[in-house]
Amino acid sequence: MENINNIETNPILQLKDVSVSYAPGTHAVKQVTTDIYPNTITAIMGPSGCGKSTLLRAINRLHDLYPNIKTTGEIILKGENVLKIDSMEVRRMAGMVFQQPNPFPTMSIFENVLAGYKLNGIKLKKREKDEIVEQSLKSVALWDEVKDVMSKRGSFLSGGQQQRLCIARTLALKPEILLMDEPTSALDPISTNKIEELLLELKSKFTIIVVTHNMSQAARISDNSMFMYLGELIEHGNTTQMFTKPKNKRTEEYLTGVFG
Amino acid sequence: MSMNKRNGTSVYVRKGRDRLVYWSICVLSFLAMIPLFFILWDVVSKGYKNFNLNLFTEVTPSSMDALLANMNGDPIPGGILNGITGSILIVAMAILFSVPLGLFIGIYLSENRDKRFASIISFLTDLLQGMPSIVVGIIAYAWVVKPLGSYSALAGSVALTIMMLPMIVRSTEETLKMLPRAYKEAGLALGASYTNVVFKILLPSGFGGIFTGILLAISRVMGETAPLMLTALGASVVNWNVLEPTSAIPLLIWDFYNDPNLVDLVWSSSLLLLIVIFVLNWIAKIVARKWKI
Amino acid sequence: MKDKIFRFLLFFAAFLILMLSAGIIYALVSRSTVAFQEYGFWNFLVNPEWDPRPATEEYGALSFIVGTLYTAFFALILCVPFSLAVALFNGEYFKGKRVSSVVRSVVDLLAGIPSIVYGLWGFYAVRPLIIELGINAQGFGIFLSSVVLAIMIIPYASSLSTEFISMVPNNLKEGAYSLGATQMEMVQHISLPTATSGIIASYILALGRALGETMAVTMLIGNTDRIPNGLRDTGNTMASVIANQFGEADGIKLSSLIAIGLLLFIITAIINLVAKLVMKRVARA
Repeated sequence: MENINNIETNPILQLKDVSVSYAPGTHAVKQVTTDIYPNTITAIMGPSGCGKSTLLRAINRLHDLYPNIKTTGEIILKGENVLKIDSMEVRRMAGMVFQQPNPFPTMSIFENVLAGYKLNGIKLKKREKDEIVEQSLKSVALWDEVKDVMSKRGSFLSGGQQQRLCIARTLALKPEILLMDEPTSALDPISTNKIEELLLELKSKFTIIVVTHNMSQAARISDNSMFMYLGELIEHGNTTQMFTKPKNKRTEEYLTGVFG
Repeated sequence: MSMNKRNGTSVYVRKGRDRLVYWSICVLSFLAMIPLFFILWDVVSKGYKNFNLNLFTEVTPSSMDALLANMNGDPIPGGILNGITGSILIVAMAILFSVPLGLFIGIYLSENRDKRFASIISFLTDLLQGMPSIVVGIIAYAWVVKPLGSYSALAGSVALTIMMLPMIVRSTEETLKMLPRAYKEAGLALGASYTNVVFKILLPSGFGGIFTGILLAISRVMGETAPLMLTALGASVVNWNVLEPTSAIPLLIWDFYNDPNLVDLVWSSSLLLLIVIFVLNWIAKIVARKWKI
Repeated sequence: MKDKIFRFLLFFAAFLILMLSAGIIYALVSRSTVAFQEYGFWNFLVNPEWDPRPATEEYGALSFIVGTLYTAFFALILCVPFSLAVALFNGEYFKGKRVSSVVRSVVDLLAGIPSIVYGLWGFYAVRPLIIELGINAQGFGIFLSSVVLAIMIIPYASSLSTEFISMVPNNLKEGAYSLGATQMEMVQHISLPTATSGIIASYILALGRALGETMAVTMLIGNTDRIPNGLRDTGNTMASVIANQFGEADGIKLSSLIAIGLLLFIITAIINLVAKLVMKRVARA
């Protein structure tokens, strides 16, 4: 993958021959190899069922929850092989935002932002808590909207606001990379826009990988793109280049709408 | 990684706690299941000795006969025929009363969901379901035993009817509610009368769930003792006259329990009772599985 | 025409429930008035005396109210760890696995065992244990009844809880795991709080069941007509005193027993009503 920021920087995430199978013999993801560089937005796109979400979820070891799913290969995050170290550590380094906003309904907005700390058994002083909440909510541009109602449960927030809350919750743990699984497909165009702007801002502090089924979104916000088809990584590289001069015929067909 | 430097519980401690909780849940669940095996073991091991043909063909022995048999070291003579026939009589009548009534009420509730009256009836049905069995006995005593002037099988069935009714109403209502509305609409669209639609389409379609509910209601009341104590009372002979005191298997178990001479018979009677109840439950499960809509 | 009759019959059948309920209340109230008039409603409730001797005849419900509360609440407390464990076992940890259906079947069988068989088992198998543990000399009493009662209500407490725990959306669980939680932490902070109302409803229902339970308690509680002196003592519950003494009662004693039946009816009705309200709140959420 082309490193557009600085030729001297090393990739923050490396995927080497990563394969995921749901049942013996079949593979949802086949031998994906690529590098992700720090402070970039990488879009993973492709038609339904191409394995993009499966690949994303392999990175934060979510597949551990389902014993019939096997992941092979190497996923190196900041020098450590994600598949070998403890899954809890992995998940603190790689935060995930889901397609359906999922703020915890039994917690207030304030508690939701701090949920990562509570779940990991980390005790914070009141001052620390306030700081983290304010900082996280400000970084998702939600602070002004909710600062007066933080003790309320988040269910009255709009879909877009809920999703931003979930992003804040993930950011509060200061992860190394952000994994986003179709973060705007359940949202209206205005909220989608807001979140896309947010991601562009967050890029300066975080590395972001976005799975999207919307190729115009990929074109809008990503620096690099990965195109997957039937579990294989067909093409990856600089987004602008991929969209204007795709190297692979399949990529070109997808981008011009022949299928997908 | 800034996170790991924070003051928190170490990963090892958290994983340790996780394992501890996991195993506690397994152990506690296992312990929760053990009583079943102890009970079954007791009932079967102590009950099979007297579990023979006599059990089904002879009536209960008198206390005297039992005393003599015990003194001589002989097995206690007699059986529980009067209890078996009594249970059959009382429960059969209860089924006769509660099933048609329960079906009709269940149909009404499933067809009139948005009416205020229906929700009142639904609420009252739940109330009836929660009634303690002894209070049901008091009611049947007041309504049948007192006016009739004697304990009777009829009173017993009235008590059991009150207990079975809410269960049958609920299961009928729930089953019918789950049927696609298209069934009823298709039937009516073909010009069939409402009555025919209910009896020829809805009830047969929901047969599985409804029948299961009835079987479960039967198995529930087969083991009831308290309400029968106040209504049917018991009898030492086989009785088919609904207006006279009648025995039942649980009543006999209670009698045996209270009589030091007859106490050995409790286990075989309990064994029979458990077999009947478990078989009914098992059939209900099979029916439910086979008829999944 | 046929339809009209049929619809009317349906309505009439439903109406019978109304009549039945009204009739039950009337029957209980009308036959309790003798006792209430004699002693006064409040006095009857708080009177611990239960003296059937002709010269000093006096009846009050307090001993049995206390006995009922003792057994039912102690049974509830005893059953919580086990029923919650079973609910988590079936609804979360082994959800959908074969071992879970085995556990469910066993619990269903436990629910099917009649009260009198529990009483027998309690007498023959559990009572000697209680005596050995030195709880009391004869074994009978609140403790023994509560232990057996706890086992009896495990199926009721766990089955509804299982439903609510298994209904916690996967979405939320994955969200918690993605933040680095262990399974126990996820259950503690997400599953249980989300399922709380449902779990509470199921325990309230189990309590209702425990309050009305008759035969097993009658056989194990010792049947003494006074306020129990703590868990080791013997006593009587509202249900067991009726079962024991109804047969030969008449006059004011009979009325007192029926009055106790009325109280029991009201208490279980209220408990079930509360459970329903809690569940309605859950359904709305």
